[in-house]
Amino acid sequence: MSVPLLEIRGLSVHFPTPDGVVRAVDGLSLAVERGETLGIVGESGSGKSVTFLAAMQLLGKGRAQVQGEILLDGVDLLTTRPAEMRRIRGARIGMIFQDPMSALHPLFRVGDQIAETVRAHEDIGRREAAHRAVDALRQVGLANADERAHQYPHELSGGMRQRVMIAMALVLEPELLIADEPTTALDTTVEAQILEIITEMKVRLGIGVVLVSHSLATVADVAETVLVMYAGRAVERGPSIRVFADPQHPYTWGLLDSLPTVDARRERLVPIAGSPPSLIDPPPGCRFAGRCPYRFDACDGDLPDLIERGGDHADACLLGTADRRVVRRHPAHTTAPGAPA
Amino acid sequence: MSRYILRRLLWTIAVVLLVTLVTFVIFYVLPSGDPALRFAGKQPTPQVLAQVRRDLGLNHNVVIQYLLYLKRLVLGDSHGWPGLGFSYSTGAAITPQLWQRAQITLQLVLGGAVLWMLIGIPIGVISAMKPRSLFDRASLVTGLVFISTPVFWLGLMLLWLFWSTLGWLPGTGFVAFTNNPVQWAQHMIMPWFTLALLFAAIYARIIRANMLDTLGEDYIRTARAKGLRERRVITHHALRASIVPVITLLAIDIGTLIGGTVIIESIFNLQGLGNWVLEGALNQDLPVTLAVTLIVTIAVSMLSLLADIAYAYLDPRVRFK
Ligand SMILES: Nc1ncnc2c1ncn2[C@@H]1O[C@H](COP(=O)(O)OP(=O)(O)OP(=O)(O)O)[C@@H](O)[C@H]1O
Ligand SMILES: [Mg+2]
Repeated sequence: MSVPLLEIRGLSVHFPTPDGVVRAVDGLSLAVERGETLGIVGESGSGKSVTFLAAMQLLGKGRAQVQGEILLDGVDLLTTRPAEMRRIRGARIGMIFQDPMSALHPLFRVGDQIAETVRAHEDIGRREAAHRAVDALRQVGLANADERAHQYPHELSGGMRQRVMIAMALVLEPELLIADEPTTALDTTVEAQILEIITEMKVRLGIGVVLVSHSLATVADVAETVLVMYAGRAVERGPSIRVFADPQHPYTWGLLDSLPTVDARRERLVPIAGSPPSLIDPPPGCRFAGRCPYRFDACDGDLPDLIERGGDHADACLLGTADRRVVRRHPAHTTAPGAPA
Repeated sequence: MSRYILRRLLWTIAVVLLVTLVTFVIFYVLPSGDPALRFAGKQPTPQVLAQVRRDLGLNHNVVIQYLLYLKRLVLGDSHGWPGLGFSYSTGAAITPQLWQRAQITLQLVLGGAVLWMLIGIPIGVISAMKPRSLFDRASLVTGLVFISTPVFWLGLMLLWLFWSTLGWLPGTGFVAFTNNPVQWAQHMIMPWFTLALLFAAIYARIIRANMLDTLGEDYIRTARAKGLRERRVITHHALRASIVPVITLLAIDIGTLIGGTVIIESIFNLQGLGNWVLEGALNQDLPVTLAVTLIVTIAVSMLSLLADIAYAYLDPRVRFK
């Protein structure tokens, strides 16, 4: 088998702070293949952004302790020299961010911002770069691309701005696109369009895509594989249909159950009780134990890793399969008594 | 864009009119006693007083007086434009002196402003790139020294060092650029530095703060994620956004300084507006004080108009408001 496009092995990102070391990411592994969309889901603060900022060497010099390996086509990005890394950013990895209003420079025309990306990596003239920018805008389905290129971000709608961001990330046809919550700031109809564009571009360019989101439903629609993260750890991973239809980890259950569904039998909105643990000196054992209604003694032992349960579906829960089926059918929607909030 | 400028222009005209009214009220109406006595200088003869009454139209009622005052300003008088009359103490016309002195002050202030921006911007940027570094701390301390040093002391120290001790620079006085550019620069360099060091320190702090804010913005992360060189991220993306808010400040500072460089002009014996207004005050020469007050206020509103136009040009979001 060939090497994956992107492979993360045992990644840890720790931030030393005056209050202690924040373990934002702790032993994370994942892989993305060419032509595949990997969805990453998890609550706020689970370490999704930090992971990919680390991959881009964008965490800021000396502010984070990063360990493990982040391999792009087999080459470790964490040991890549800054000058070389600069050539990878934008050219081999494109990245788009949550809020396209603040992610675009307010004082520059959007066309110029895209052209700048081209000129940072290729030795071409202004005119040609401008043409490439308009082309890129056209490819992401922006109407009147020539005129739009001359406008400033504040003259565009949220959806158009995010298209500009996508055009900017893809103008050099990178191998990998990292989309960090690209639709969180947009309304649902626009969200669908943006996800469609991302998928379309993925197919057209044959690239790998990482799609970070708060919402498992969003991700399940467009991603082939889903990885669920909690407090800096992977808790479940598998083909998105299977994770969505047959979730294994109690945290994933919580994520799914907190979705409003149209399904009459399960019309309920159950937020997961409690809040994530502090990432400074987290207690040993499963990170979710404090909020898990099904916690038992073993949960406070060692940190559970992802374990393959067949069908490419893995989870990090210590409950036996039979027990899971039982508790899933008779859910306890409150935190177990005595469990710390 | 042009509509925005037109609106600002009309507003500026309104402000200038208001300024003429306010100065009129302050100088003619508010003080008690005979206005002719105040304008006529220290020990006026009856003939001078009669001439002042005639020149300023003091026999008419206040409204007519104001209109005459406005008319002289707008249309000029026998001494030039704008019509500011005559100094009855020195016997010299105001307007020609005003222009000549304004030139000297402008050279001092604008040169100083260029200098303080040239010093302040790089220091602010470099401090922001490595906050708490040795450079950052050193520039902070040096800046505090200049901010707290009295201007007259700084000016005198420069004179003592570079003129009387080292003999590198000529002493005080002014040489016109058109007469001898080299000597002009040699004479201006100490006044410029005396003015600029204080402001460079202030502007370096402001730019540092703006840069630190800007460097935390999402669009800076985007610029890095695009694979731009760090140099370009700083100079093109971060500095551009950090410098725009400084423009308004710069305009206000330059405007205020046009009438407020009394100390530096005195130390270096530059016959500018500051020196003039000081003489005027000492001699109770009201026409001089009035002229400088009026011109400085108008200069401030003009500069703020310029700043707004520059702002709109540099920040597209302003144009569409
Ligand atoms: N520079 C930093 N110093 C200290 N802690 C940090 C730093 N950057 C991130 N963190 C911490 O790392 C954790 C993970 O943050 P991250 O931004 O990756 O979360 P996320 O999963 O992307 O959340 P969201 O959905 O809100 O974007 C958070 O608890 C955050 O407080
Ligand atoms: Mg995030």
